[in-house]
Amino acid sequence: MRFLRQSLTVAAKDLRSELRSKEALNASLAFALVILLLFSFAFDPTAETTREISGGLLWLVFAFAGTLILNRSFARELANDCLEALVASPIPASALFLGKALANLVLLVAVELVSLPVFGVFYNVRWTPHFLPLLGVLVLATWGVAVIGTMFSALTVNLRLRELMLPVLVYPMIIPALMAAMQLTTVLLAGEPVAGDNWLWVRLLVAFDLIFTALALALVETVLLG
Amino acid sequence: MRRMILYGMTALGALWLTRNLYVILLALPDEVAQGAIYRIFFFHLPAWFTCFAAFFAAGVASLLYLIRKSPGYDAFALAAVEVGVAFTAIGLVTGMVWARIIWGIWWTWDPRLTWAFITLLVYLGYLMLRRAIDEAAARAKNSAVLCIFAFTSVVITYKAIDWWRTQHPGAVLSFRTGGGTIDPAMESMLFQNWFALLLVAAALVLIRMRQEQIEREVDALRRRAHAL
Repeated sequence: MRFLRQSLTVAAKDLRSELRSKEALNASLAFALVILLLFSFAFDPTAETTREISGGLLWLVFAFAGTLILNRSFARELANDCLEALVASPIPASALFLGKALANLVLLVAVELVSLPVFGVFYNVRWTPHFLPLLGVLVLATWGVAVIGTMFSALTVNLRLRELMLPVLVYPMIIPALMAAMQLTTVLLAGEPVAGDNWLWVRLLVAFDLIFTALALALVETVLLG
Repeated sequence: MRRMILYGMTALGALWLTRNLYVILLALPDEVAQGAIYRIFFFHLPAWFTCFAAFFAAGVASLLYLIRKSPGYDAFALAAVEVGVAFTAIGLVTGMVWARIIWGIWWTWDPRLTWAFITLLVYLGYLMLRRAIDEAAARAKNSAVLCIFAFTSVVITYKAIDWWRTQHPGAVLSFRTGGGTIDPAMESMLFQNWFALLLVAAALVLIRMRQEQIEREVDALRRRAHAL
């Protein structure tokens, strides 16, 4: 219980500082819109194929825009040696990690929820009929992305090439979550319910989240404290 | 002594591989359905098993490094990943040559192949991360953590043919299928070639690990010389 309260304190701190400066959030949103625009040149947006590849497009946007937020997660603490202060504070490193991952989850889902209607308007895709299951998929997959991203953000925080290394490390690792999310999102955007074979993808998402959350919580102490 | 063991391992591996090549190319008959090209399988599957073994060893060494903080484990993990990446490349290329003959295409985005490729990318990321960190202790610690994460992609690659319907041929070895899918002479040859490759890989890992340790010694000496 105390652990959870500590995590929420860290998450609240991160969200407050992000909402005051909005540096990562604005950059991420702008970037998401730019990629959405760029996709329209890659293929004919009015064609029937849009519906078939909509899940894949949407998650590519989320993944690209997401790294901008994940990059800042630990890099934000470098100024004024805030990271040292956080590590020295009387909370376990795993609570610190969980808090940061939760804050990243909220920020990433916020960017996704803004991009979704824009995507729907630009590409003539109806996303409202199955909104709640879609939200579930968004949260499950984004949690996986947030956990891996926050962990690798901690791994690369002290590097000169931080901004370059993070995507190289994160993208291959989150492919299982992205793959499942793309499949499920395509199904839901086509107006069909999640049923039959598609439950395999939901199970994959849940397993991915559980395995990597456990692994990250177990290893983050060594990463931050050494 | 150490050097003699290395020479012995390398010589034994080379002799064994030569003898295996003779059996594979001249003694074993063509396969009924695939003809001569099936022989590449004697290198394809052993290369993958060798790379899985190398990545597994690297993962264990990384875990041991995090527990004991001894630089030797870190050098071993690096050596094992480098050799593992080389064998991953061999596995991918032999698979592509086979696919070109049997399927008519070099590559298809099927789960098994995709994940094999992801594994390569993940471990290349590991090698890149190592280059990006200058301080030895931080490099060892961070790359050890990444190495443990990376091993999940090896597990997914191995299990991909069970979890998804793939175009990649299913399991043929009797310990996975319960027998009856492969001729015993061919299966024994597969394992012999795997052990021979494993011997070569182990020799390479030991040589690379020694190189890494010498490099660190030289680095430390150079730093001491600078300090003077």
